[in-house]
This record gives sequence, C-alpha cells and structure tokens, in this order.
Amino acid sequence: MSLRVVRGGLQTLVQDLGRYGLQHLGVVPGGAMDALAHRIANALVGNAAELATLECTVLGPTLVVEQHALIALYGAAFEARADDHPLPRNRPVLVRAGTTLALGHASRGARAYLAIAGGFDVAAVLGSRSTYVPAAFGGLSGRALQPGDSVPGVADLARLSASRFERLVRRRGAIEHAALRAVHWFAPELDLPVGDVLRVRAMAGRHHAQFDAASQHAFFAERWRIAPDSNRMGYRLEGPRLARESPVDILSEPTCLGTVQVPNDGAPIALMADRQTTGGYPKIAEIAGADIPALAQLAPGAYVHFVECSVDEADAARLAAEARLRPVLQSIAAMYDTDGADER
Amino acid sequence: MTTRPIPRIVPLGDSAVLIELSNVLDLAVNARIQELAVAVRRSGQPWIRDVVPAIGSLALHFDPAHVAPGFSPREAAAALLDACLHAALPDDDTPARRVEVPVCYAPEVAPDLTDVAAKCGLDVDEVVRRHCASPHRVLMLGFVPGHPYIGGLDPALKVPRRATPRTKVPAGSIAIANAQSVVYPFTTPGGWNLIGRTPFRVFDAGRDPPALLVPGDFVAFVPISLTRYEELSRDAGGDRER
Repeated sequence: MSLRVVRGGLQTLVQDLGRYGLQHLGVVPGGAMDALAHRIANALVGNAAELATLECTVLGPTLVVEQHALIALYGAAFEARADDHPLPRNRPVLVRAGTTLALGHASRGARAYLAIAGGFDVAAVLGSRSTYVPAAFGGLSGRALQPGDSVPGVADLARLSASRFERLVRRRGAIEHAALRAVHWFAPELDLPVGDVLRVRAMAGRHHAQFDAASQHAFFAERWRIAPDSNRMGYRLEGPRLARESPVDILSEPTCLGTVQVPNDGAPIALMADRQTTGGYPKIAEIAGADIPALAQLAPGAYVHFVECSVDEADAARLAAEARLRPVLQSIAAMYDTDGADER
Repeated sequence: MTTRPIPRIVPLGDSAVLIELSNVLDLAVNARIQELAVAVRRSGQPWIRDVVPAIGSLALHFDPAHVAPGFSPREAAAALLDACLHAALPDDDTPARRVEVPVCYAPEVAPDLTDVAAKCGLDVDEVVRRHCASPHRVLMLGFVPGHPYIGGLDPALKVPRRATPRTKVPAGSIAIANAQSVVYPFTTPGGWNLIGRTPFRVFDAGRDPPALLVPGDFVAFVPISLTRYEELSRDAGGDRER
C-alpha cells in the first residue's frame, strides 16, 4: 500500500492514456483529460508516459504517503502542502513515509496530475488503468477516490524512488526539509488558460451546413459558457440556442473526442474523454485535438470562443504542440541522465 | 426509392475519418458495413486505433501522431476505406456468430409488453412469438459499453419510443422501438418499450470479450420462464441492480 486517502477531493481518479481498440463495443478510450499534463507529470518522476497518475479536479485530495515516494504534481495550480511545508509543484519531490499531502483548490486551471515513481499499480482493465466512472470499471474500483481507500504504488516503490532521486541530485544537490527532499529545478509551468475567454480551434462539423444561417454564424462568433453540469463525458455550453433549417432525424453514428453535438434543445455539448462512442445528434463542429488539453483545464463558469480552422490547420497545430513538448520531455530525461537502468 | 449518392469519406475531427453509406436504417447496407469493418480491421495497419461500425456509417479512428514525411494517417485511412469498399469482399472464412440470448417475457420483468401488444393489435403471446422468430442482427454498439442496437424486428412489432423515458431501466432489459431491439447492460435511463429481461450479463469488463453481443452477430432470443430466469441470474452472479 502506498497512498492512504484521507479526503477524496472533488473527483480524484486513476488515469492513464486510455484504452483503444474497443470503441466498436461501446467502450470509449477515456484516459487523462489533459494528456499533455499527464505526460509531463510522468516524465518528472522518470516514468513512461503510459503509466497511471492521479487526475485531481478543482479540489484536490488529502493523502498519506505510507512509504518514501518520488512524486510530482503537474498541471493546474493547486495549493498543496506536505505536512506543514508547501509542496513544490512541477518538479520531482521525494516525500518521506508518513507525510500527509494536502491539495486544496486549483487557483488556475482545473486538473493536475499527481505522478509517482513506477506509476499507480491498480489492475489494468481492458488494457488500461484509467477509471471509467459511467460503467464503473478501471482505476480504483471504477470510481473516484474515497476516504479510507489505499491507492497502491509498485511493490518496490521506496527503493525505486530513492534510486531515481539519487540520480537527480548526484551532481546538483537537493532542497532538504523534514517531510521532503526536492530538486532545485522545475519544469516550465503548464500553459494554463489566461484571460476571460479561451480561444479553441474547431473545424466545421459534418452537419454544420444543416444549421440555419444565424446558428452557423453564432457558433464561431459568440462566446460560450461552460455549464455547471459539465464533466469528463462532455462540456455543456451555454449561449445562443442553435437550430437546424429542417430538423431531420440523424441515425446514430460514431463520435470523436472533441465532437460538438447539438441536441434538440439547441444547447451544444463538447464531447470529452468519457464521451459516448456513438451519438444521434447533429455535429456542428469538431474541436482540434491540439486544443483539447487547454479545454480540459477549464472549469464550469469559464468561457470559450471557437475559432474556425481547417483540418490541415488542426494537423499543424498538433505538430506544433508536440514540437513544444519534445524539448521539455528531453530536458527532464536529461536530468535523470537516463542509462536505461530501471526504465519502466 | 431514392437514389443513393456515392459514399464520401470525410474527416471526423482530426483523428478519424467517417464514411456514410445510408442515412436511413437499411439492413442490407448495415451488413455491408459489417463486412467493411472486418476488411479494414484485417488490414492490420499499425496506425489504426478503432474501427467503429454504426447503423449506416463507419468510423476509422487513427493515431494522429503516426505521421512521417510523405505519410498522412488520414490519407492512408481514407485510401484503405476506399480500397476495402471497392475490393472484392474477402471470403467469409469467419462467418458472423449466432448467439442465443435467453429472455424472460413474464409481466414481472416486462412492464411494457401488454401495452406493446395493444398498440400492435396482437396478443402478448403473439408478440413474444414474433420477437423470438425475428431474424435479429446486431447493427452497432453504443450509448454505454456493450449496448447493442439490433435490427430485423418483425414489422408487426413497430412501436415508437415511449413518450416519457424512464429514469431507471433495469440492467438486462430487452426493449423495442424504431424497428429495433436493444439490451440494456447497466441500469440507466431509457425510453424504449421493455418487453423482457435476460439473466445474462450483457457487459462485463473482466470478461473476454467483455460484450455479450458484438456488431454483426446474429441473435436468437429464446423464451424462458421466470423460475429459469431467477436460476440463471443467480448463476450469472450479477452484482447489478435488478
């Protein structure tokens, strides 16, 4: 046992990069809402990108670390303490056994990822450790963390954590405190949404032309407020009501991460990680994959403005995002001076 | 009869392509879609993430990171769909499965059966007989994991969805509407007419395959008594709500 849950937080979930190959059975890939932040969190503790982290949402959990553990908290700016000491974010931290990690509210952004050396070691279900709450499988019993839960790390967590941390501080020393040891460097802060309205690139969806002229214009012209009942399945968007010229029935057809569909009430829904694999509502837009992580950092009450782009522009945006991420991951890996000794 | 346009392959977001063969329910078209799904999957391309057949369309989800100079996974996906669509179909060396699903049609687990019978002008036994005799085939899965949409319902059993959906439909419920049957894997909201219930677990993440029914399966609903239903439910060891 590795982390004992004192408070679960708003919705803390074991997540990884999701499960593919099962959408024809109605099983969505799911996985981390902000896969970019998840990947950096894993890199910070020397993990492969696929390993499971804890996705903390808006109000974080309180956890007791039962063994020495190398952890990293990356993503939204959560208040976080290790006993009575502020927990440094965006960097690897070796936390001593018995320390209480208390995450408060996110002051900017909505989701952060708590990574641990070796990853969280819950059983893989259908090829992934990610929690899928709507059908209650994956992660820890298919649900969010609750008080009294124990979230397992790998069996040799303490040894693995110590050996990785020693590699980090061999040359440059560490910040020392009763509850923790940390490195002096840190990864660049996640590019969190700033300002009142997040600009999100989106392509016209395949039913865009069925909407009346006012609705077609409004979708890309107006700003949309993320409604309170938004979640990992979808973000409900408040704004002008959208209507089609002649609302013919649409056969249920496949959806995609980022599909914006419009039910009969005219209020669009942006489909997120835990979306349904198919849907029978018209698709007014498809959000560029490159902008999904930023959207995942918005909490209800925030605003988005959709900027129309082509599929080629969406591809270019994705390549540009990967090009920005690559040197970050490389410089973190260089800190580990990776010799492949305990790659996993 | 309307003429059908030549199917177009269009992007679905930036990580999938979609092909629509029909915008209305057509069993022959869906059978073609199932064949297309088999052919695409059989190509074994490493950039394929998911092949999702639906009632009148099919999506091919690809790994958008699988780019290389001169290679676009989107173009490759479209070309593969096009090739599979126009190629001679593979020999049916792995014919679709035929799955028997036991169903209890007793009033205790079939709250809408009497109502459906009245709407169809049939007696309850005739509704059950016709439901069991229909040539059912799974058109697609969706809504929740393992939830099949099944075509082939006897045209005499044509009923619309209920005016007011239920907030809780028990797991295992068999329901009809829109010329189709469905089976609810979990206790969820639902607006279809409940005419029976199966004791089988429709979806179990710990089972391989996790779904009782997969796209393209032929399905035979076999009537069982309430006593048998309860026996089989215990055997299934379901922890679901009933």
